[in-house]
Amino acid sequence: MARLNVNPTRMELTRLKTRLRTARRGHKLLKDKRDELMKQFLDIMRKNRVLREAVEERIMRVHGAFTVASALMSPELLEQALLHPKQSVTLEIGRRNIMSVNVPVYTYKTRNDDKADIYPYGYLQTSGELDDALTALSEVFRELLELAQIEKSMQLLAQEIEKTRRRVNALEYVMIPQLEETIRYITMKLDENERGNLTRLMKVKDMMLAQAGYGAE
Amino acid sequence: MDKIAVLGDRGSVLGFRAIGLDTRFAETPEEAAPILKKLASGEAAIIYITEQLAAGLAEEIASYKDRVLPAIIPIPGRQGSLGIGMSALKSAVERAVGADIL
Repeated sequence: MARLNVNPTRMELTRLKTRLRTARRGHKLLKDKRDELMKQFLDIMRKNRVLREAVEERIMRVHGAFTVASALMSPELLEQALLHPKQSVTLEIGRRNIMSVNVPVYTYKTRNDDKADIYPYGYLQTSGELDDALTALSEVFRELLELAQIEKSMQLLAQEIEKTRRRVNALEYVMIPQLEETIRYITMKLDENERGNLTRLMKVKDMMLAQAGYGAE
Repeated sequence: MDKIAVLGDRGSVLGFRAIGLDTRFAETPEEAAPILKKLASGEAAIIYITEQLAAGLAEEIASYKDRVLPAIIPIPGRQGSLGIGMSALKSAVERAVGADIL
């Protein structure tokens, strides 16, 4: 690992040691964050999988019922029957905070709460299968909304985990080794200077003693 | 107060209109792309799109993945499920965990 390009001074050493401490602390915190995010993510993922399977199956059933209805009715009539919906849905978006990731929470309001009163057509010209299809669809709607919420949360969490994991890895495999290497280099260099200085002093002392007539035993 | 939109071929999404969702029709991915863009630019908070269309619009859909709004959710169309919803789930797991654990 390449060391940083710094001057081997005592001041630099103190600075790097502080940086290393911060990096270690950040690394630990980010690692904890990653682990907790992962735990939440796996929970959501499991829920998502079950829900998606259920919703897909139910939607296919709705499609089946619609296909039957459209086989029994003319396309024009079918379209006409569904052209002006009685029901309308308004969506409100809240926010929930999972480990500082903002995920949406959807709540919805329907204009029309009467379950039996969602059919926007008279019963005279439409087939009963259409009623079935609409009932099934309005039942699956709640789950569909939950699916949207969970799936979006999962995507956002996945993004955050990826980001956190990168940071953890960058600290663990680049930043911290680099700092350690540089600190070792500076310590060595300073020690070497110290030793050099010591021998120089000893040498000078010998020379001074020799000059004064004591030396050369 | 945001809208929920459903985008897909006529046969698949007609029913959603009756339960009060905002339906848009598009038969091909090429047709759907501008509609999706328009919906995503603030018109709708949740966009359900049939897998048949989603298959051709994977890039566009991926570009909204990291944004809080809108949520683009693939649902099976009338022709059946293509497994896109599940594979999206898998790719999210792969992204987070770094490996496919499913």
